Amino acid sequence: MKEGVIALTKRFKVVLNTKWCKSCGICVEFCPKKVFEFTSDGKVRVMREEMCVGCRSCELRCPDYAVEVREGEEE
Amino acid sequence: MLDIKKYLRLSKLPHIWCPGCGNGSVVRALIMAVDKLGLSKDEIVLFTGIGCSARTNVIVDFNTIQTTHGRTLAFATGFKLMRPDMKVIVITGDGDGAAIGGNHLIHAARRNIDITTILINNSIYGMTGGQYSPLSPQGTYATTAPYGNIEPSFDICKLVEAAGATFIARSTVYHIQLTADLIAKAIAHKGFSFIEVVSQCPVGYGRRNRMRTPYEMLMWQKEHAVLVQQAQRYSLEEMKDKFLIGELFVNKEKREYTELYEELRRKLAEGGEG
Repeated sequence: MKEGVIALTKRFKVVLNTKWCKSCGICVEFCPKKVFEFTSDGKVRVMREEMCVGCRSCELRCPDYAVEVREGEEE
Repeated sequence: MLDIKKYLRLSKLPHIWCPGCGNGSVVRALIMAVDKLGLSKDEIVLFTGIGCSARTNVIVDFNTIQTTHGRTLAFATGFKLMRPDMKVIVITGDGDGAAIGGNHLIHAARRNIDITTILINNSIYGMTGGQYSPLSPQGTYATTAPYGNIEPSFDICKLVEAAGATFIARSTVYHIQLTADLIAKAIAHKGFSFIEVVSQCPVGYGRRNRMRTPYEMLMWQKEHAVLVQQAQRYSLEEMKDKFLIGELFVNKEKREYTELYEELRRKLAEGGEG
């Protein structure tokens, strides 16, 4: 691999428990990769899972324990 | 990463707190601390009182006792004397702990009984509809202060220090890892340990005080908290609207109450004069 090229070698699965999520938007704001987004009716949903770098900011900060980041499912 | 679900009563979730409430994060920090210390769920007794903070013991799978408003530390003191081998943790709020329970708080601190008290300070009475508390900053708005609160607030950490507690720390929900580390230190400390966690109430406090989202409130915490090790970098003027976080006070010399009580009990059982 060429120097300076970052390859995403790991894939992450971002699981949102919609029964527990209250769409407070904390994950939407804290995610550095904008994985989460509000839908038009104000619900938070996982929109760009493939962008996830696994920092787990969402998991750590979700006050409703609704987000889980799982590592490694190879494609 | 830590599997938080191991420590929760899953049938009680989702919890009843409002969207963006900091209480859920404080529970997470507590669980991170318990996990770090390797304590089993059965050796912990969690006491709460009344208010939003009191709902923590519904979702956490420790031994849990919900008591009357503000009297949490009185119940916890009685229990700790009976079972000094158990880890007693009290979760209280700024209304429950600093107003109604203020008297119990200073006397538990004075005795230096081995209880860990976590005071979630969201600057408001959330459950009863947004009345100001003794920890609401002067000038802020509440349902009972529609023109701004004219009362100065307590520095609850200084109050507890003056009363005689031997481990005192402050953190915020934004600094969740620090909160977890401080809770772990507090649980490990022998004596009365006290942690104030500055939290957010987006519904009762935030929207009346020009912070419309939970995120804005978390950013407020980030911008206004100064780590105690870095405080000398700031001038007195700059520190005016900021507050210190981190380990604020530790005293390892003062004797712990249940130890003294046990010593006295033994002495009398052997026929001594006390």
